[in-house]
Amino acid sequence: MEALATGHLFALTGAVLVGLGLFGFITLRHALRQLLAVNVSGAGVFLMLGGLGRGAATTDPFPQALVITGIVVAVALTAFGAALTLRQAEEDHAAKEDDERGGKT
Amino acid sequence: MSLVFDLVLCLMILGTAAASLLMRSALGGIVFFIAFGNLLGIAWLSLGAVNVALAEIAIGAGVTGILLILAHARLSAMGDPVECEPTSPWMRAAVAVICGGLIVLLSVAVLSISPTDRMGAQIATLMPALGIENPVTGVLLAFRAYDTLLETFVLLGALVAVWAIAPPRGWPQRPASLAIATPVSLTVIGTFSRVLLPASLVMAAYLVWTGSDLPGGAFQGGTVLAGGILVAALGGAIALPRADDMRLRSVLVLGPAMFLGIGLGGIALGRFLSYPVGLEKALIVAIEYALALSIGATLALLVAGKPVPPAAVQEGGD
Amino acid sequence: MTGLEYAIAGLLFMGVFFYAAGSLGLLRFPDSASRLHALTKADNVGLGLVALAVALHWGSVAVAAKIAIVWLFAIFTAGATAQVLGQSSKDETDPRP
Repeated sequence: MEALATGHLFALTGAVLVGLGLFGFITLRHALRQLLAVNVSGAGVFLMLGGLGRGAATTDPFPQALVITGIVVAVALTAFGAALTLRQAEEDHAAKEDDERGGKT
Repeated sequence: MSLVFDLVLCLMILGTAAASLLMRSALGGIVFFIAFGNLLGIAWLSLGAVNVALAEIAIGAGVTGILLILAHARLSAMGDPVECEPTSPWMRAAVAVICGGLIVLLSVAVLSISPTDRMGAQIATLMPALGIENPVTGVLLAFRAYDTLLETFVLLGALVAVWAIAPPRGWPQRPASLAIATPVSLTVIGTFSRVLLPASLVMAAYLVWTGSDLPGGAFQGGTVLAGGILVAALGGAIALPRADDMRLRSVLVLGPAMFLGIGLGGIALGRFLSYPVGLEKALIVAIEYALALSIGATLALLVAGKPVPPAAVQEGGD
Repeated sequence: MTGLEYAIAGLLFMGVFFYAAGSLGLLRFPDSASRLHALTKADNVGLGLVALAVALHWGSVAVAAKIAIVWLFAIFTAGATAQVLGQSSKDETDPRP
C-alpha cells in the first residue's frame, strides 16, 4: 500500500510540474526562460512515468530507461534552443550597432 | 524511504520549480532550476531508480544548468538583460486556470492507473541471456536498443544543428573560449581543472564498467567526462578543438557508428540490433565505452556552443 | 538504539546544524566575501560530519573509502569555486585589471 502511495505521490508531483511548466512557458516572454519552463514540464513527464512504474519494492526498469533517453533528448533540445536564442540576439545586436553607426554619419 | 520524507521532498521540488519560473531575475531562476534538478535526483533515488538519479543530476541539473548560465552570460554581454515583458494580470489568470485544469486532468489520469513494475519481472527473466545484471542497461542496449540508437543520433544531430547556425565567418573555427582563468589570476581553478580532467576520465570509465551490473552506464559516464572537459576548458587547461578537426569528428561519430555497425551486423544473424549468442556482454560493453566517449565530447561541445570567428574567441568567454 | 546509532544520529545532527548555520550566513551576510566566509567554513565541516555518519552507518571499509573520495572531491571543488567567486566579486568591487 505504501509503495502505491509513493508512486502516486511522485506521479502527482509530476502532473503539477507539467502544469507549472506550461504556465511558465506561456507567461514568460523570453526564449531562455521558456526553455527553462520546457525543462520543468519535461521533468514532470519523467516523474509521472517513474512514479507509475513504482512497484512493491522496485521501480520498473523499462520506464527508467525511457526517462534516461528522455533526459538526453531534453538536453539536446535545450542546447539547440539556447544556440538559436544566442544567434538571434547576435543578429539583433549587429543590426542595432549598424543603426547607431548609420545615425552618426 | 518513508512517506513523510517523500512528501517533504515533493513539496520542495514543487517550491523550487515554482521559484525557478516565477522569480523576476532570470539568473536566480536558473540557480533554482539547478536546485530543482538535484532534488529531482533525490526523488529518483527515493523511487529506487539510481540510474535515473545519476542521469538527472549529471545531465538535467549539471549540463542543462551550465548551458543556461552560459547562455545567460553571453546574452548579458550583448546587452540583453534577459528580462520578461510583464504579461497582463488577466492573461496570467486565464493561463493559470487553463494550466490548473490540465493539472486536474493529469492528476485524474494518474490516479486512475495503479503503479506497477510488472515489466520488471519480464525483463528479469530475459537478463541472464545478456550476461549483465543492470536491467536498465539491458533495456537501453538490448531490449529497446532501437530507441537508444536513435537517441545517440539525436544528440549528434543537435550538435550538427548548433554548428549549422554558426555565422559564415566563424565556420569551421573553435567555439568561443570558456576560459575564466588567466596566468596571473585564478591559478587555483587552472590547477584544479588540470587535476580534474584525468580524474573525470577514470570516473567515467568506472561508471561505464560498473553500469553493466550496478547503476551507471554510458550516458552517466559520458556526462562525467563532459563535465571534466568543461571544467578543464573553464580553467584554461585545454582549448576546445576546431569544428573541422578530423580527430574530433571521429570521436563524435565513434559511438553512434559502432552501435549502428554492430546493429547492422545483427542482420546477418537474423535481426537488426541482435547480438550473437555468447558475445552479448562484450559487445554491449564495447558499445557503451564508444558511446560514453562520443557522448562526453558531444555534450561538452553542445555546452560550448557554435564556432565563432577567431577575433571573438578572446572576448566571447564571459 | 545502540551506542553506534546514537553516535551516527549525533554526527548527522551536528552536520545539519553546521549546514544550517552556513546557509543562514549565506542569506544574512551583506557582501560576497562574508557570504563565502560562512559557506566555506561551515559547509565543509557539515559535509565532513555527514560523510562520517554515512561511513559509520554502512560500517564497510569499501563504502567508507568511496565516501572519502566523494568528500575529497567536494572539498577540492568547494575550494576552487570559492576562489573563483572571490576573484570575480573582487573584480566587481575593484575594477583594476
